[in-house]
Amino acid sequence: MLDWSFIGRYASFFVNGAWMTLFISVFGIALAIVTGVVCAAIQTARIPVLRQLVAVYIEVSRNTPLLVQLYFLYFGLPKLGFVWSAEMCAIIGLGFLGGSYMAESMRAGLQAVPQIQRENAYMLGFNRRQTLVHVVIPQAISVSTPGLVANVIFLIKESSVVSAIALADVMYMAKDLMGITYDTYEALFMLIVTYLIILLPISILGTWLERRFDYARR
Amino acid sequence: MQGANILLEPGVFPRLLQGLWVTIWIAAVSVALSVPVGLVCGWLMTLRNPVIRFVMRVYLDFIRIMPQLALLFIAYYGIARAWNWNLDATGACVLVFILWGGAELGDLTRGALQSIPEVQHETAYMLGLSNWQAFIHVILPQAVRRLLPGSVNLATRIVKTTSLAVLLGVVEVIKVGQQIIDANRFQYPTGTLWVYGVIFLMYFIVCWPLSLVAHALEKRWAND
Repeated sequence: MLDWSFIGRYASFFVNGAWMTLFISVFGIALAIVTGVVCAAIQTARIPVLRQLVAVYIEVSRNTPLLVQLYFLYFGLPKLGFVWSAEMCAIIGLGFLGGSYMAESMRAGLQAVPQIQRENAYMLGFNRRQTLVHVVIPQAISVSTPGLVANVIFLIKESSVVSAIALADVMYMAKDLMGITYDTYEALFMLIVTYLIILLPISILGTWLERRFDYARR
Repeated sequence: MQGANILLEPGVFPRLLQGLWVTIWIAAVSVALSVPVGLVCGWLMTLRNPVIRFVMRVYLDFIRIMPQLALLFIAYYGIARAWNWNLDATGACVLVFILWGGAELGDLTRGALQSIPEVQHETAYMLGLSNWQAFIHVILPQAVRRLLPGSVNLATRIVKTTSLAVLLGVVEVIKVGQQIIDANRFQYPTGTLWVYGVIFLMYFIVCWPLSLVAHALEKRWAND
């Protein structure tokens, strides 16, 4: 059976780990969203050259694992003179990975708005900006919300990999405590519980958001 | 730039390729074994039995909400000890990928089976096909078309996730890379950049064609 006193003794480790996971995730996801918006805008506006660069970025980022991206950023790039802290690497890595996922979801949303909607808006005397702000974007947000929510949860889960570059997140704490105390079951139990505490509310909030924003699909 | 010469050292590239082969092998076995598991899970998920339904729901949600790295740790350190298994790191990886791939593929299968309208079954029966014939000749071909693009995407995700095997101590491409870097630390101080760069490219070369196939299938069967 589990030794419950473990929880009392080491709960603070997992709380600290959870803060680190959240810290990396929040900034990583913010960077991913910014990258996603920029990429989706470039692709939708069909800006030459930049558009091809974005296409290459999306393929590279989607088809390589986060762990390899992080090792490259953390161990490889310093050799070229770019020395970053582990936190910075983790955030950039998560942003690099997530940017392409966010861009794809947003682009799918923008493409789902039929051309005739734009034409009608122009006919009603809207200019390009007004059409974008009042007609296209509200519908695009509605369509892309489920994808964006899935990406946020995916990125929080992926952030567990940052333990590999010595960041003390939830995963790292569990590994460390297993090594120190040999209380494998207790550490794993706390690992599961901590991730559930972080991810369940976000998953429920995500479902709520999806329902809140499904007006364009009703 | 002369750090790049590390790649030309005798044995370096063949060893990286051997490491890559281990990665691909783990991924291939996992994908191959998660197909039957996924199909059975998908079939179970379509059943109306409330107990089965509840169990499958909990299984799928648990696998989905846990980070893959956490699942690997649970399998490697927890399950192996609890059931007194002599489960090595590679075995733990394959086990997790089968359970994870099976759950995800199960959900895809469920979606594909449920997306086929009831009238297809009824029409098949009306034409005199038996239950089994209707499934093989009418339901399955349509379900496969809806299933395949998602499954290829899942295979790409499994290949990418095999990179985590190094954190359990499996000697695959990343571990081999680390060994090469450490062995040449003094001769090639900047070798890290190049070795990780090559591993980065290797993953891309393996995963990109899979993504292209998935995308092509999606496009081709989008309007069915």
